[in-house]
Amino acid sequence: MLCGLSQIGSEEYDRNANLTKLLNMFKTFIAGILLGIVAAAAGLYYVPVVDQSREQSLVVVQPNQGNTETFYANVPMDRILIGAPSQQTPLPPGLQWPDDEEFANLRVELFKIRNTKDVVVGVASRMAANDDIPGDVIEWVLHLPARGSIYVSMQPEPQEGGNRVGTLQSGTREFDLMRGAISERWVADTTESVDAPAGRIELITALVAQREEL
Amino acid sequence: MIKYLFALIVGMAVGAVVFLGLLYFNPFMAQQRLSPITVTDNDVVKLGYSAAVQDMLIYTNDGESRIDPHPAKVLQLWEAPIRKTRALATVLTDSRGQAAGIGIKFSSDSESTNILNGQAIVDSVWHIYMPERGSLFVAQSENLWSYFREIVIPAYWSSADSWRGIWRGDVTAGPGALGTASVAGGSGEFAGLRSEGVEALSAKAYSVELGPVAVDGELSIEIPRAELEASSDP
Repeated sequence: MLCGLSQIGSEEYDRNANLTKLLNMFKTFIAGILLGIVAAAAGLYYVPVVDQSREQSLVVVQPNQGNTETFYANVPMDRILIGAPSQQTPLPPGLQWPDDEEFANLRVELFKIRNTKDVVVGVASRMAANDDIPGDVIEWVLHLPARGSIYVSMQPEPQEGGNRVGTLQSGTREFDLMRGAISERWVADTTESVDAPAGRIELITALVAQREEL
Repeated sequence: MIKYLFALIVGMAVGAVVFLGLLYFNPFMAQQRLSPITVTDNDVVKLGYSAAVQDMLIYTNDGESRIDPHPAKVLQLWEAPIRKTRALATVLTDSRGQAAGIGIKFSSDSESTNILNGQAIVDSVWHIYMPERGSLFVAQSENLWSYFREIVIPAYWSSADSWRGIWRGDVTAGPGALGTASVAGGSGEFAGLRSEGVEALSAKAYSVELGPVAVDGELSIEIPRAELEASSDP
C-alpha cells in the first residue's frame, strides 16, 4: 500500500517537473521573441542599409583662388553613350537613337568620371544643342553618389587654349551651397601607348561655399 | 540546456520575423499624399516616360542587379563608388504623347535610407533638354518604400513571379519641405528658373525577371508665372 502511494507520488512529481520544464522553455521562447524584436529593431537602426563606397576628395587649395578639384573622362573607355543623329557606329552597340527632326541639333553623351588618382568616382552627362530659341547650349551634370550632384552651364565659345568655362547653376547635398566655375578641356594623349585612351576630357571645378544665413 | 538555447534561438527568429512583418504591414507607413504641384495656380510642365527598361534608350547599372542593362552591351557601372548607381536615357513625352525632350536620370541608393521609418531613399537627378524650349535640372530624394511594398515584394511572393494591378504614387520625397524636388533651369525659356517638381509612377505590371513591364513615370514641373513673364519672348 505504502509502496503504491510512493509510486503515485513519484509520477506526480515527474509530471510536475516536466510541466515546469515545459513552462520554462515556453518562457525562454517568449523571451526569445522579445529579444528578436529588439535585435531586429537595433539591427535596422544601427546597421546602415546603404553604405556608399567613398573615395578621398582630392581638393586642391589654390593661392587666393579658392579650391579646385579635377575630374577626367577617358575617351573612349569611359564613354557610356553618344546620342546623336546619324551616328554611324552607335554607342552603346544596339542603341536606337530617335530620328525625330527636333532632336537633330542635340548631342547627348554619358561618361564615367574619374578623380586625379584615375579612380572612377561618378557619372556625368553632357548635352550640347544648337536650337533657335535656347541658342548654343552646352551643359554638364556630374553625379558623385557619395557626395552629390552639380549642374553646370558652359559658355558655348571656348577660350584661348581650348578650354571652355561654365558656371555652377545648381548643386545637391555637398554642393548645395556652393557657387563657382567649372572648365572643360580636351587633353589629347601623347604617350602613344597601345592601351592609352585617345585623350581625356578634363573638368576642373573651382567652387566656394556660400555663406549660409542662420 | 540545449533545449532552452534552441527555444531562445527559435524565439528570436520568430521575433525578428514578427518585427519585419509589423514593419511591412504597418498601414501608417503608406505615404500616399496629395502633391502640392496638383493644387498650384502656376503652369505645370508634365513630362512622361516609360519606366520599362526595354523602352528606354539606355539603362545601365552594376550588371549584377535584378534588372539587366539595356542594350546588352552598354558599359556597366561596376566600380565600387558607382556600383549602387543607375543611369538611364529616355525620350520624354508631353501630355499628348509627343516626344518633347530627352531626359538623363542618375539615381543612387541613399545612405539616409531608414527602413524603420518606411524610407527606401534614392537620390536622383534628371538632366533634361527640350528642343526649342531649353534645359532643366531636377534634383530629388525619392522614397520607393510604397513602390517596393506594394509592387516589387508582392511580385516576388507571387507564384507567377509577377505583379499586376493598378498603382499610382508620388515617389518624390524631398528635398523640398512639402516633399517636392528642386528644379533649376539652365537655358532657353527656363534660364534662371528656380522651382519645384514631383515625379510619380503609375504601375500596371511588374515582373521579377524583367523589372517594370508596364510602369509609366511622370515628371510634373511647376513653372511660376513670374518666371515665364520674366523670360525673353521668343
